[in-house]
Amino acid sequence: MTFFLQLAATGFALGMVYALVAIGFVIILKCSNAFNIAQGHFVMIGGYLGYTFLVLFGLPIWATLILAVVSAIIMGLIIERLALRPLVGQSELAIIMMTIALSTVLEGLATLIWGGEYKTYHGLLPTITLKVGQISVPPESLIGLMVSVVTVTLLLLLFRYTKIGLAMRATAEDLQVVQSVGIRATTIYAVSWVIASVVGVIGGILLGGVSGVMIPLAEIGLKAFAVVLLGGVNSIGGAIVAGIILGVLENVAAGYLDPLLPGGGLAQIFPFIIMLIVLIFKPHGLFGLVRIERI
Amino acid sequence: MGLGRGTFQENYGQDMAIIRTRRQWGLLLAFFLILLAYPLVATDRQLTIITMIGIAIISVHGLNILTGYCGQISMGHVGFMAVGAYVSAILTAKLGWSFWAALPCAAMGAGVVGLIFGLPSLKIRGFYLIMATIAAHFIIIWLILQLRDLTGGADGMPVPKPRLGNFVFDSKASYYYLVMATAFLSTVLAVNIVRTRAGRAFVAIRDNDLAAEVMGVNLFSYKLQAFFIGCVYAGVAGVLMVHYYGFASVDQFPFIDSVWYLGMLIVGGMGSIPGAILGALALKLLDELVTMVGPILSAAIAAQAAASLALISRGLVIMLFLIFEPRGLDHRWEMVKAYFRLWPFSRQEAE
Repeated sequence: MTFFLQLAATGFALGMVYALVAIGFVIILKCSNAFNIAQGHFVMIGGYLGYTFLVLFGLPIWATLILAVVSAIIMGLIIERLALRPLVGQSELAIIMMTIALSTVLEGLATLIWGGEYKTYHGLLPTITLKVGQISVPPESLIGLMVSVVTVTLLLLLFRYTKIGLAMRATAEDLQVVQSVGIRATTIYAVSWVIASVVGVIGGILLGGVSGVMIPLAEIGLKAFAVVLLGGVNSIGGAIVAGIILGVLENVAAGYLDPLLPGGGLAQIFPFIIMLIVLIFKPHGLFGLVRIERI
Repeated sequence: MGLGRGTFQENYGQDMAIIRTRRQWGLLLAFFLILLAYPLVATDRQLTIITMIGIAIISVHGLNILTGYCGQISMGHVGFMAVGAYVSAILTAKLGWSFWAALPCAAMGAGVVGLIFGLPSLKIRGFYLIMATIAAHFIIIWLILQLRDLTGGADGMPVPKPRLGNFVFDSKASYYYLVMATAFLSTVLAVNIVRTRAGRAFVAIRDNDLAAEVMGVNLFSYKLQAFFIGCVYAGVAGVLMVHYYGFASVDQFPFIDSVWYLGMLIVGGMGSIPGAILGALALKLLDELVTMVGPILSAAIAAQAAASLALISRGLVIMLFLIFEPRGLDHRWEMVKAYFRLWPFSRQEAE
């Protein structure tokens, strides 16, 4: 039982980070109807930014966070302006392909700038140790959990109580109506990309502190997609719930099943199995909207 | 297809013909002669490049039928190539089958696996389908790694070279002819598949699947057919790839290649057979260009710069095409032809 609870606790904290990555994805999807395949790459960039500011520049954690968020805002704005805005009105496929191309460019840039090597800044993030009975929660995961909770709360507040949040929700609902009442859709798109980029980068700094940074960190994006699908593509609450479910399930399944399989590595494909199951039986996820289509 | 002035169709047969004028016959003949003579003048490295382009063309034809014509975006294409490759590898290396018997079986095997992963396509599309096919890729690769006794797992397995009677395709030139012949056949097949009832159904599904269904197109059957055909092509390409190297390993089927195959479609032109060929040619040649230019640029920088340069350049090319020419090289080429045909009035007409 202790083993199970330990696995579940680690999985829970991991799940919150998944949820954080998935939320960036959901926000872009909600506000600009673009599926951002590059969300995982924002995370990878975030990890490298964390490494740069913490280790190379030797800055304290608060300065790192501020600088990383500023870089993320700039990155989001550039990407939206140069890559996505020219595609307004084009097919879904074109936008997906654009984000795929974007992901390869980001990967190439990261390799060019940071050499694509494995970097760590283990122990530089503040740590809190928590023990409940025999179960210890890994300190980095706990920090991740706290930052995730704060970020998610801020976002929920933004969406519920601010004008721009209202405008973003409205844009998700109906672009034409929003434009006809004088809200600039391009601003909304830019804001949504900025938020996604910031959320991704914060997630990257957290994950980088736990597992180190390298190019394949971007594969977290694939796990986030599983989270998004399970939660329903346009539900932020769904992303959180699904993130936790997936994190716990993955950790528990890997803990119990990996010793039974010759090649192991179940954790790597577990999200994909979940993805397929969700897609086959409940394509709109747990909390997603079922769109009614007309010809 | 732009025909010059003074070319008229007088019966239905002429109208449906793929090659309609003497000049087109002449050009095609010249093209074949160049292809046949190419190994006489090419270096080994150039032969390797063009063989790889041929294999890519076969694979992209499949993806084009699936994605370009039927609108089912697949990012698991390389996974299906791996299925074909490993089926053939196991049949030839473990069971001692001949290459020629293993090839169709491997193609069918890839097609059947494609069918299985194509099943969700009835309910889902767009991004959801991309996710399903990505999942397919990783699950296939994971299974190959798990079935260690059969596939060699992470170590890979040796694969015999194809042989015809006593002749073994082990020289670069002979393999080049094998790949080119297959690429040609697959092109002819693709041209004809998209002209059939099924091909037109695919286009209807791509343009609006609900409307197509209302018009009486059997969505379930045709979507699965598209998956089957696309994956059969992928399987053939995978088989040719492992037999070329004489070795099968999961490293030959990285996920990122699926992205590049989609990129080739974008650059060449979605839903166009010449586009698939042009796209494969363009992106593969771009790679070669980068490998040539890279070391010159980055002699001072790390060796890794070349790899990242390839990633960035390919990504940027796809981005630029999406922004400035979403219909791809094929459309651009048609515009150039129209320009010359309509000159001196082309300035207004070609727009």
